Amino acid sequence: MFKWLDPYAKPQRLYAVCGAWQRVLMPMAWLTLLIGVVWGLGFTPADYQQGDSYRIIHIHVPAAIWSMGAYSSMAIAAFIALVWQIKVAQWAIGAIAPIGACFTLIALFTGSFWGKPMWGTWWEWDARLTSELILLFLYVGVIALQNAFADRETGDKAASLLAMVGVVNLPIIHFSVEWWNTLHQGASITKFAKPSIDPSMLWPLLICMLAFALLLAALTCLRLRTAILQHEQHRSWVRDLAEEPTDAKV
Amino acid sequence: MPKFNFASFADFLAMGNYALYVWLSFGLTFVVLFGLWFISNRQQQQFHQQLRVRIAREARVRQHQSQQPSQVQEP
Repeated sequence: MFKWLDPYAKPQRLYAVCGAWQRVLMPMAWLTLLIGVVWGLGFTPADYQQGDSYRIIHIHVPAAIWSMGAYSSMAIAAFIALVWQIKVAQWAIGAIAPIGACFTLIALFTGSFWGKPMWGTWWEWDARLTSELILLFLYVGVIALQNAFADRETGDKAASLLAMVGVVNLPIIHFSVEWWNTLHQGASITKFAKPSIDPSMLWPLLICMLAFALLLAALTCLRLRTAILQHEQHRSWVRDLAEEPTDAKV
Repeated sequence: MPKFNFASFADFLAMGNYALYVWLSFGLTFVVLFGLWFISNRQQQQFHQQLRVRIAREARVRQHQSQQPSQVQEP
């Protein structure tokens, strides 16, 4: 496996691979999101209890799920960076963290705009909401820690450690609706049981989930490319890129 | 093929009296996502720009040094 993975740890190679992926993933992500959102907003029936307010689910649930997905991938990158000292893994942490923070922010405020009409409150210090807020603070902490040291390598190490320790929060978020009495409902879609949501409403939701996943991947590629360039700026291959300015926009 | 759920476009905008919450959610989501995309793109473009400026500056410095060798090598 390491023989197969090894070339991807080489910054120059990874820069090219990310570029190729990004060119495909970025348009796919926005198109999928457009389809899912238009379908979810206009072409599904209204919920029998919640009316049209439930349509917020099409961005709330995907953002919440991938805010955790982004955190797990960031933590895996942190583990690889600490154990095998692979520098591109370290740069990936800084590339993913702002995306995860944005997803968490979206999950929080869409939840708030959904909670106000349905629960009667914008915010409740309840287990699910609080643990998701902690996730946002973890992301902000990782970003801040990475930039807090004059020596960049110390910052990278500290950020990796925090990213790994913060993983304990993920199961807490996931099981919070079962472990504690909360306002937040349980999962509508699980891997093992039949979803408790009508198929006509399920499809646009799944498409939106795919869209957020694609967006996470595409933005990671884009941001990782920038990180590679910044860290490798004194290498000859980066300087050679300056001669072909067409590449700058891709 | 799913069909349009609302009787009119005005109905669609009204979102069953939840317009404020629904449109605020979707609007802010797109602002955040597009913002992140825009900033990430700009960071990369800025890097390329700064790199070109630096390379041009280094070339100028080299040229200047080669034009005045006597001053540089004076003991």
